[in-house]
Amino acid sequence: MYVAVKGGERAIENAHAWLDDARRGDRDVPDLGLAQIREQLALAVDRVMAEGSLYDPDLAALALKQARGDVIEAVFLTRAFRTTLPRFGASLPVDTGAMQILRRISATYKDAPGGQVLGPTFDYTHRLLDFDLAQAPEVAPAPEIEARPADTPHILSHLDAEGLMQGETPGGSEVPDLTRTPLEFPAERALRLQALARGDEGFLLSLAYSTQRGYGRNHAFVGELRIGHVRVSAHLPELGFEIEFAEIELTECESVNQFQGSKTEPAQFTRGYGLVFGQSERKAISMALVDRALRARELGEDMDGAPAQDEEFVLSHCDNIQSSGFLEHIKLPHYVDFQAELELIRKMRRDAAARQAAE
Amino acid sequence: MTEYNFAYLDEATKRMLRRAILKAVAIPGYQVPFSSREMPMPYGWGTGGVQVTAACLVPEDTLKVIDQGADDTTNAVSIRKFFARVAHVATTEATAEASVIQTRHRIPERPLTDGQILVFQVPIPEPLRFLEPRETETRTMHALEDYGLMQVRLYEDIARHGEIARAYAYPVRVEGRYIMDPSPIPKFDNPKLDNSPALQLFGAGRESRIYALPPHTRVESLDFEDYPFTASKAAGQRCAICGAEDSYLDEVITDDAGGRMFVCSDTDYCATRVAAQAEDAA
Repeated sequence: MYVAVKGGERAIENAHAWLDDARRGDRDVPDLGLAQIREQLALAVDRVMAEGSLYDPDLAALALKQARGDVIEAVFLTRAFRTTLPRFGASLPVDTGAMQILRRISATYKDAPGGQVLGPTFDYTHRLLDFDLAQAPEVAPAPEIEARPADTPHILSHLDAEGLMQGETPGGSEVPDLTRTPLEFPAERALRLQALARGDEGFLLSLAYSTQRGYGRNHAFVGELRIGHVRVSAHLPELGFEIEFAEIELTECESVNQFQGSKTEPAQFTRGYGLVFGQSERKAISMALVDRALRARELGEDMDGAPAQDEEFVLSHCDNIQSSGFLEHIKLPHYVDFQAELELIRKMRRDAAARQAAE
Repeated sequence: MTEYNFAYLDEATKRMLRRAILKAVAIPGYQVPFSSREMPMPYGWGTGGVQVTAACLVPEDTLKVIDQGADDTTNAVSIRKFFARVAHVATTEATAEASVIQTRHRIPERPLTDGQILVFQVPIPEPLRFLEPRETETRTMHALEDYGLMQVRLYEDIARHGEIARAYAYPVRVEGRYIMDPSPIPKFDNPKLDNSPALQLFGAGRESRIYALPPHTRVESLDFEDYPFTASKAAGQRCAICGAEDSYLDEVITDDAGGRMFVCSDTDYCATRVAAQAEDAA
C-alpha cells in the first residue's frame, strides 16, 4: 500500500547536513579562511558585493564560503542579509573625479591630464596557465610610485568643455530606491542605472555584446575607464554638516557614442554610464553600453525591436536573484498542475478517438 | 542581532504590505504593486505568499502551510518552519484549526470558514501575460476592461481542441470586473473561490503584486454559454486510501508495468476521513 510521501522535514535536515559536510570537503585539507577569500579571490568578492548591492568584503567572502563558491548563491545570501538592514538615508553623490586611481585608461585619447595608468590588469597577460602558482611561490611586491596628489579630471570633461558632449539632465533631489518601491515603467534613468548596477554581469555582457553586433547598434568608444577608491559621505540633519563614513572601491566607465542630432540639437556625442562596486570593468563597460542603448527612446533613435533598447525587457530580466529563483522553482513539486494537464490530454485524446471512430 | 522582528519583516515593511492588502481588498481582483522585499528563500518559492502571511500573522494565529495540497511536501515544511522560528506561532495540519493557511497550487477540500485567511503563492499574477508580455500593455488592458484578446484565445482553444485547453491557472472574472489569475490551482478548485466565507489573498513576490478576494466575492470562471466551465479531475477514480470520490486526486505510479493508483492531494482531508472511518469501525 502506498503511503503518501512523509518525512519531508527529516529529509530536509539530512540534506542540509550533507550540504555542510560537502562544503567542508576533505578534512585533511585546511579550512578556507575568510581573509584568504577576501584577499586572494578578490574579484569574486567584488562581484558578490556588486550584484548583492552591499559593500562589505568580509560578508561577501563569508557568503562565497557558505555558497561553496557559487557566485549567484553568494549574491542571494548577501541580498537576503541586506534586506534586513535599516535605511538611514542616502549618501551624497560620490566624486569619482577625486578618486584615488588604481587604473585609468582612455581609448579615445593617447594621453590626457592624469595619464594612462594600467593598474593591476589581466590585459596583455598571456593566458598561459602558470604552473608555478600551484606551489605557493613568494611574490615580490609590485614597484610603487607616489600617488598623484591632485584630482584626476574625467576625460569626457574635455569634450564637455568644447560643447561636443551632450549634457546630462540632473536627476530629481529624491534618490529612487528600487528595493523600496515597485518597478514601474517607464523608469527614469537613475532607476535604470540602479537596476543595471546590481544586474547580472553575464546578462549585461550579452546584451552589450548584442548591441555591438547590430541589435540596436550604436558604436561605443571607451572614453574612460577608471578604478580606484572614493570617499563616501552623508549629510546628517542632526549635525547640520557632512561626515565622511566610508571609503569604497569602484569601477567607472563612460562610453562615448555618436548622436546624429535632431531638428533642435546639432550632432554631438552622448554618454553611456557604468558604475560598479569593486573591480569589474567587464561589468562597467557592459553597463555603459546597455545604459546608452536604453536611451534610444529619449534620443529619438530608431527602435528596431532590439532587446538592449527595450527597457521593460532589460529591467525585468537583469536581476539574477529573481531569474535564478524563478527558473529553479520549476524543480519544486508540480504534481497537482501536472495531474490536471494529464487528465486534459487524456480527455482530448479520448474525444479525438471517439470522433475518428464516428467518422 | 540575535532575534528577528515578529514574523521576520520589520514593522514599517509590514505596514506597507498591509496597506497594499487593504487596497487589494477594496478593489477585488485588481493587482496592487507593492515593494516586494528580498526574502531568505528564493523568488519563485513563495516569497509573495510569505510576505503576505508575515503581514497578516498575529501571535495568536495558528498557521497551516500546504504545497500541492499536502502539509509534508518539502517547501511547505520549509515555510512552516520559517514562521515557527521567526513568529513562534502555533502550526497545524488541520484545515479546521488554522486561522491562516498559506498554499501553493491547491485550495483545501474542507470548506473554509468565516475568519480564516487563505494566502496563495503566485508565480505570474497577470492572467494576460501569455497573450501580451508587456506589463505596460496589460495594465492598460485591465484599466480599459479590454479583455477581447482573452475571449479570442479561449475561442481558439475550442475551435482547435473542442474545449478550453486550460487545466490549471484557469482565468476567472471577479465581481464582473477584473480578470484574475487564480494562481496555478487545478480548475477543479475554481468553484471554491466563489462566495467563499474566507478572505483570500494572493502574493506574487518576484512580480511585486498583491491581489485579493474579500469574503463572499463573486468569482466566475471564464467560459461561453454553449461551452460552460466544468471543474474536472481524474475521471471515474476514487482515493485508494480514504475512498473519497469528491476530492482532487494525485496519480501515483506504483510499478514499472503501468500500475497506478489515485490518492487525495489534500493530505489533511484524507487523514481526517481515515480517522473517522477507524472510529466508525471501532
